[in-house]
Amino acid sequence: MPEQDPFMRVKNFDEVPLGLRADQAKLEANRCLQCPTPYCVEGCPVNIDIKGFIDKIREDDLMGAIKIIKDTNSLPAVCGRVCPQEIQCESKCILGRTEHPVAIGNLERFVADYERAMGVQIPTRPKPTGKNVAIIGSGPSGLTMAAEMARAGHGVVVFEALHELGGVLVYGIPEFRLPKEIVKKEIDYLKKLGVVFKTNHVIGKLFTVEELLNELKFDAVYIATGAGLPRFMKIPGENAPGVFSSNEYLTRMNLMKAYKFPDYDTPNPRARRMVVVGGGNVAMDCARTGLRAPGTEKVMLVYRRARNQMPARSEEIHHAEQEGVEFHLLTNPVKVIANRRGWVCGLECIKMELGEPDDSGRRRPIPIEGSEYVLDCDMVVIAIGTGPNEIMFQEGCEVKRNKWGYIDADAETGKTTMEGVWAGGDIVTGSATVILAMGAARQAAKEINEYLNNK
Amino acid sequence: MFPILEKKEMAERTICQLKIHAPDIAKKVKPGQFVILRVNEAGERIPLTVADKNPLEGTIVIIFQIVGKTTALLRKLKVGQNIKDVVGPLGQPTEIEKVGKVVCIGGGTGVAILHHLTKGLFEIGNEVISIIGARTKSLIILEQEMKAISNELVVCTDDGSYGYHGFVTQALQEAIKKNPDIKKAVAIGPVPMMKATVDVTRDPYIPTIVSLNPIMVDGTGMCGVCRCTVDGKTKFACVDGPDFDGHKVDFDELQQRLCTYLGQEKESLLFSIK
Repeated sequence: MPEQDPFMRVKNFDEVPLGLRADQAKLEANRCLQCPTPYCVEGCPVNIDIKGFIDKIREDDLMGAIKIIKDTNSLPAVCGRVCPQEIQCESKCILGRTEHPVAIGNLERFVADYERAMGVQIPTRPKPTGKNVAIIGSGPSGLTMAAEMARAGHGVVVFEALHELGGVLVYGIPEFRLPKEIVKKEIDYLKKLGVVFKTNHVIGKLFTVEELLNELKFDAVYIATGAGLPRFMKIPGENAPGVFSSNEYLTRMNLMKAYKFPDYDTPNPRARRMVVVGGGNVAMDCARTGLRAPGTEKVMLVYRRARNQMPARSEEIHHAEQEGVEFHLLTNPVKVIANRRGWVCGLECIKMELGEPDDSGRRRPIPIEGSEYVLDCDMVVIAIGTGPNEIMFQEGCEVKRNKWGYIDADAETGKTTMEGVWAGGDIVTGSATVILAMGAARQAAKEINEYLNNK
Repeated sequence: MFPILEKKEMAERTICQLKIHAPDIAKKVKPGQFVILRVNEAGERIPLTVADKNPLEGTIVIIFQIVGKTTALLRKLKVGQNIKDVVGPLGQPTEIEKVGKVVCIGGGTGVAILHHLTKGLFEIGNEVISIIGARTKSLIILEQEMKAISNELVVCTDDGSYGYHGFVTQALQEAIKKNPDIKKAVAIGPVPMMKATVDVTRDPYIPTIVSLNPIMVDGTGMCGVCRCTVDGKTKFACVDGPDFDGHKVDFDELQQRLCTYLGQEKESLLFSIK
């Protein structure tokens, strides 16, 4: 797929991959073998009829293609961009055994972008069932549930704590990977389906789950609040000004558009030399955002394991390297060093070596004694993962949670211990991917529908 | 959209009060809780404590000091105009319990937050001594309101232009001498003032609640910019606070973190008047 040149793109926040041209899409679609038993569909967490939509592209029926995708996925322009296809649909493609797999993600993106350019059709609304569903959280899981419920004819209200809709799609994933205009358009489609969105509503504070059921008379509730609690490293000096959680850094830059300061009022964190700690997609997003921020001379990435153990998408790691992020692998921070004014001026790290495999099956990193060294920097962003946010449960919520604080929900259906309440996405599984959160919603939707129809 | 129903300049060009239509929040908010607001599409999110509420008319009151671009923008809004986003109630409510004699200390606009709490403490039958202070006479706010909910009120000014000449901490020392039976203190105001208050109530020991004012973005516990060290542990003021045991707070760290964006705050203000 054509991409923005690395030397040019580090100076802007525009999207990096430019998307397939029509002729390229057609060529790629023609590579598909149209397998009688398509394994790729199994690899997709929402089981898009991949073979079907690719066939429509071959027939030049792009509107037909998007219609097939939207039967199971209401956010195709998002998924085509941010799914880790290399471990999902594309990993199952039979062509991958001999050459490279069909670029399913790029094709999905192509038809979704085509539809947006042509103008999204207003879907026909089904007959109302008279039942109402409250959805808590407007991230990928909540949005998918909203689409499923609206298509089934239920009244749907989505409650969002922030002032913008989309969850991680708007505050987390940067503009150069997922343009916010696209998220907005996908959400507009849901509005046309009849979904009502309420921003600035912190459930747990403004209304509790119990109140949604008993006082606001919702027939069912779906909790999709995500895993939005930042983890810190608990190392000395971590509260010095200049140390940020990845959530804070990305929220400022993406949601609050601090990269456009002072046109936008939220101040942008500025650094000459920035260190990002972590090896996931979020760490890559922070590092690449840092490169694009004005004034940054150097971005370093510190990760305690080896390169092939990084959880980030390979495409993101590749892009970060191309753009000039300096990787410090098998390295772990031990102390934040502050200058006389209290500001960050360095990060003391220790070198690591790989030992025996741990519970996750990956070889455990072990510190090498005496190998400490200091990275000279004036900003540290911590991107070592997130946990479940407590705010929804503070005023009391009967839903049972596990020892890590995530909701204890049925793995198949998302049913919680509370009557009429389901949960899905990161608040059940811990941080995972956009598409897994969407898959959870689709599975739960089947059961909620059944529950509502019998109620 | 959240319409402004009333507006009052409490101290000329410095402290302003707005009554906002926000019926759901008015129903739920308790003393000590706050809201986050965003004035317009390009605006930043800032936290402001709810100074009062009227659930029947569906309104909340916020009081703020004009210190930078956003508060200046807020002051410019007229009755009938809207604030784009108001989200809340956020934070933990202050524990209002009957303990006997309490002393409530407020500095500057901190008095606006203190007022809501003092009212709660007074209404459940505590004997309330209130000490409020400001730099100079024109910056004293809510004097009459505080008088109505206090058994004793001391007003202080740094320059002696009104009431007691001196800092609230000096008045506090005298009050403690006169009232050895004070069971609890509440201190709300600028960080140096809260820190000094806690130094006064350390010996003889009086449990002291402070309301912290770190930088916030979302106010819902997802970013950790408001983290503070309390009793050696990192806490998020937006979800664990904003109230904490004053004797356990690392005020120097808080003050340092509050200075993170001083340069850009000035830049933003200058850009807006250009």
